[in-house]
Amino acid sequence: MLSYALRRLLSAIPTLFIIVTAAFFMMRIAPGGPFDQERTLEATVMANLNATFGLDKPLWQQYAIYLGNLFQGDMGPSFIYRDKRVHEILAEGLPISMQLGATALVLALVLGCLLGSMAALRQNTRTDFGVIAVATFGITVPNFVVAPVLSLVFAVMLSWLPAQGWGNWNQMLLPVIALALPQVAVVTRLIRGSMIEALRSDHVRTARAYGLPARMVVVKHALRAAILPAISYLGPAAAALLTGSIVVEQVFNLPGIGRYFVQGALNRDYTLVMGTVVIVAIFVVVFNLIVDLLYAVLDPRVRYD
Amino acid sequence: MTREPVLEIDDIRVTFDTPDGAVEAVRGVSMRVGQGETVAVVGESGSGKSQVMMSAMGLLASNGQATGSVRYRGQEILNLPTDKLNKIRGAKITMIFQEPMTSLDPLYTIEDQLCEPLMIHGGKSRGKASARVLELLKLVQIPEPERKMKAYPYELSGGQRQRVMIAMALANDPDLLIADEPTTALDVTIQAEILHLLADLQKRLGMSILFITHDLGIVEAFADRVYVMRHGKLEEEGETAQIFNAPVTEYTRMLLDAEPSGTKAAPAQDAQVMLEGHGVKVTFGQPAGFLRKDTQFTAVRGIDVALRQEQTIGIVGESGSGKSTLGRALLQLLPAEGRVVYLGHEIGGLDRKGMRPYRDGLQMVFQDPYGSLSPRMTVSEIITEGLLVHEPGLSSKERAKRAAQALEDVGLEPSMRNRFPHEFSGGQRQRIAIARAVVLRPKVIVLDEPTSALDRSVQKQVIELLRRLQKEHALSYLFISHDLAVVRALSDYVMVMKDGAVVEEGQTEQVFDNPRASYTHELMRAAFDLRGILREKLA
Repeated sequence: MLSYALRRLLSAIPTLFIIVTAAFFMMRIAPGGPFDQERTLEATVMANLNATFGLDKPLWQQYAIYLGNLFQGDMGPSFIYRDKRVHEILAEGLPISMQLGATALVLALVLGCLLGSMAALRQNTRTDFGVIAVATFGITVPNFVVAPVLSLVFAVMLSWLPAQGWGNWNQMLLPVIALALPQVAVVTRLIRGSMIEALRSDHVRTARAYGLPARMVVVKHALRAAILPAISYLGPAAAALLTGSIVVEQVFNLPGIGRYFVQGALNRDYTLVMGTVVIVAIFVVVFNLIVDLLYAVLDPRVRYD
Repeated sequence: MTREPVLEIDDIRVTFDTPDGAVEAVRGVSMRVGQGETVAVVGESGSGKSQVMMSAMGLLASNGQATGSVRYRGQEILNLPTDKLNKIRGAKITMIFQEPMTSLDPLYTIEDQLCEPLMIHGGKSRGKASARVLELLKLVQIPEPERKMKAYPYELSGGQRQRVMIAMALANDPDLLIADEPTTALDVTIQAEILHLLADLQKRLGMSILFITHDLGIVEAFADRVYVMRHGKLEEEGETAQIFNAPVTEYTRMLLDAEPSGTKAAPAQDAQVMLEGHGVKVTFGQPAGFLRKDTQFTAVRGIDVALRQEQTIGIVGESGSGKSTLGRALLQLLPAEGRVVYLGHEIGGLDRKGMRPYRDGLQMVFQDPYGSLSPRMTVSEIITEGLLVHEPGLSSKERAKRAAQALEDVGLEPSMRNRFPHEFSGGQRQRIAIARAVVLRPKVIVLDEPTSALDRSVQKQVIELLRRLQKEHALSYLFISHDLAVVRALSDYVMVMKDGAVVEEGQTEQVFDNPRASYTHELMRAAFDLRGILREKLA
């Protein structure tokens, strides 16, 4: 398994390289630049700025310099937040985004397993239809609707929870719920489906035939098998949480990295966008690896050697 | 001989609530199992034989409903609340199922799963339960029990898994063991071993056995008394000897009569060779690479075969012997080494496009009549699909005519052509699959276990059909099967395979009557003399 993990990590290097390269050149093909403003700058000022940031060099040279710096852990200067390097900006926001994302992920898994199992055990009853209705709602309503509505109801109208900030559990509650809701819905649907199948499987029939208590049959034998598809969804879920956090962090004014996606792209802050792309790519690659390894831990039939 | 009854079933009825309305699977059946008795329930698929037991054990599917009475030693257990039923099932009454591959939870070790009923019913600690598990595994004669305890189900063979199920069934010294087709999914030699094990354990431990099966050979060798079921009702009951020697009903006679019969004459010595393989070898897996172990495995180890016109070569062997792989390799459905010659053309290694001109002459019929027909195509679409590729010049009228002809050939009404596969029974579906092959007027058909998923009575009809088609169209068959009785009835030449190699080959008569290899001998005995084996081993 160790050699498998190692091989996967090594194979991630060319993947990341391709992503970085594609993102770098696509960013440059888009018209406009970081110093374009409504009022055009004087030619000499522009030339100075470009020279300072190395934008006057040929594109391939800029690319080479960027790669070289990236290799040493330097993501270059931000073009907009002039006094900071990109990796410093990201290092500040990343812990908050990760905390938000991880909490939402755990919530999605726990709640999804619970609701999905409930629905499967009471298939085609009101409980089941109720859960499906909620799950469909969670999937179809985007979080740029959910987040402001939550904020409006619980923070503005009821004043139960703060509308912004980060640090206390009550500040975390609304953004986590807003971010987790669509994932809860997806996990619920996944678990419901696989649970229905698991409950009908031969080995669950065996467990029943041998008089095991109902809870043991459901949790130990059915859910353990049913959770596997939900585990493989964790990879895409992590990516969805990262992009979902863009909206949620904006609505609740959280100092995470999500807002840099949008601002960076709009301002043509080349290095900042590249930085977030690299972070997201690493995240997705690593998460998929974790999912695969977790799979092997949960399912003894999966062996990587 | 009256024995104290362990299980009494009275007028049980099972109804399933389906989208097409209520379906009555069991329609008033009564049975008794006495102390220490072995009772067999026989019937073809759909007779409701399993559902009787499922309802008794509270294991019906959620849309199933049972009425009537099931008493275990006088106590009513039908529709008992789960917690009360759980005191009996797994402790007093235990079950073994047909599917050893899936009946164990793949995510837990053998030890974990065997400990569960011991801890729950026997109130044992984990340590004591583990000790008992080891004892049980030794009792059911699993090799290396200490190591197998820590293994996961996927690491065990089908026969070993069924032994584990038997160990589980015996764990709490049950009164009654219900075995639902426990050997159907196993190879014949393993079947003989498992049945011997069950008979031996029963002799030593004194429990009653209720044995559900469709296989009359097992019943004759194994049971004291027999119930014959058909369409959810009891057809006949009686002592085993009586049922076999003097069956009362027409249906029982038909079942007894359904063993495949007849032989096939060899083709002329100088008959044309249709399909030839030289040193056919198939390897799966990948060689060792960067940070990767060698996973290569040779499934077929260089086999020579020559199939003549109107010849049927039977390829027999147990699961994993490579017989299906050989069939697929000859048809170029798998990459293989060695030479393959079809009517003088080298076809070995040809790609899809290169093979296309020969495909209409080389057809295949698969084992699973449920999975091998597309559920979204009508019968007529399924049958004519090949014509679109191989005879694109045909008008739709001509195609329809050919399809109707093919359906008639296989004994189906051409008026059925607009129906979908799910509207047909297993035997009819296999006929459709055969029609799909013969519509192209092939010269060679590889039949991969075409009768294995079918009831004996249906099997017999399919065998007749294959015989007739062979004569009418001068076909050559490569008949792959683990069922020796069927192979004997259909083939004139037999190749016995084991571990990817041919251990013996020759004229059918000679291989069956005077097997030279000890493996062939063992195979024949397990298939045709189950009673002898059991008697000999138990004596």
